[in-house]
Amino acid sequence: MTQTGAAAVRQQIVVEAPIERAFTVFTDRFGDFKPPEHNLLGAPVAETVFEPRVGGGIVDRATDGSECRWARILAFEPPARVVFSWDISPRWTIETDQARTSEVEVRFYAETPARTRVELEHRHIDRHGPGWEAVTEAIDGPEGWPLYLDRYAALLKEGR
Amino acid sequence: MDANRDADRWGALADGTRLAIVARLADGPLAVGKLAAGLPVSRSAVSQHLKILKDAGLVEDVAAGTRRIYRLNPVALAALRDQLDTYWQRALAGYADVVEAPTEED
Repeated sequence: MTQTGAAAVRQQIVVEAPIERAFTVFTDRFGDFKPPEHNLLGAPVAETVFEPRVGGGIVDRATDGSECRWARILAFEPPARVVFSWDISPRWTIETDQARTSEVEVRFYAETPARTRVELEHRHIDRHGPGWEAVTEAIDGPEGWPLYLDRYAALLKEGR
Repeated sequence: MDANRDADRWGALADGTRLAIVARLADGPLAVGKLAAGLPVSRSAVSQHLKILKDAGLVEDVAAGTRRIYRLNPVALAALRDQLDTYWQRALAGYADVVEAPTEED
């Protein structure tokens, strides 16, 4: 149980928008709302392109022309559902081994014609293991273990 | 309430060999034999150290046939999960702002 709970992040939000718009904004404008500091490129991101088809990707393009393809679109079913891979390692670098990537599913439910519930699940996070470099580094620093252990304790509590 | 437990963990790491074991497991799960092969101590000594680490909750073992494979407890997994949780929380908050903003083309 703990393992399952630890390996997924689930969140939801209700927005005042029809389901079609909710879906379109999520995919077309992903780059406008994702936390900007999580940029794997060396230069500012000029745009983020969410290629709207299975087999497409999510691509960050930087102002210097470099690009970073960090997700593969696994399902694209407007306006109900989209699934993409998360090809980013725990160190925020591109993960090239697909066996060590997680995935994100986003589902859209029309609560009313003008209101949509968006459920997001980022699952199989454990597949990124054994990327334990962070732990190795943490052992060297006095702030590492207590922090991790506190979080770990909270996680175990949560799993009960 | 977990002060004793934390003290156990710190104590468990306050040993060069055990720290080396944790560092090796940080690269991936290993059986006792493989772990011992890379360390300047006997296999039975490694087993003793593993028991201490396991009692402290730092490593866990799983059966693989007749062998036992040791791995680090999902401490890093918890940290990664925390990061992603924060990431998506912020992303969805930003998303709500964008999706609920009046559109220029409307």
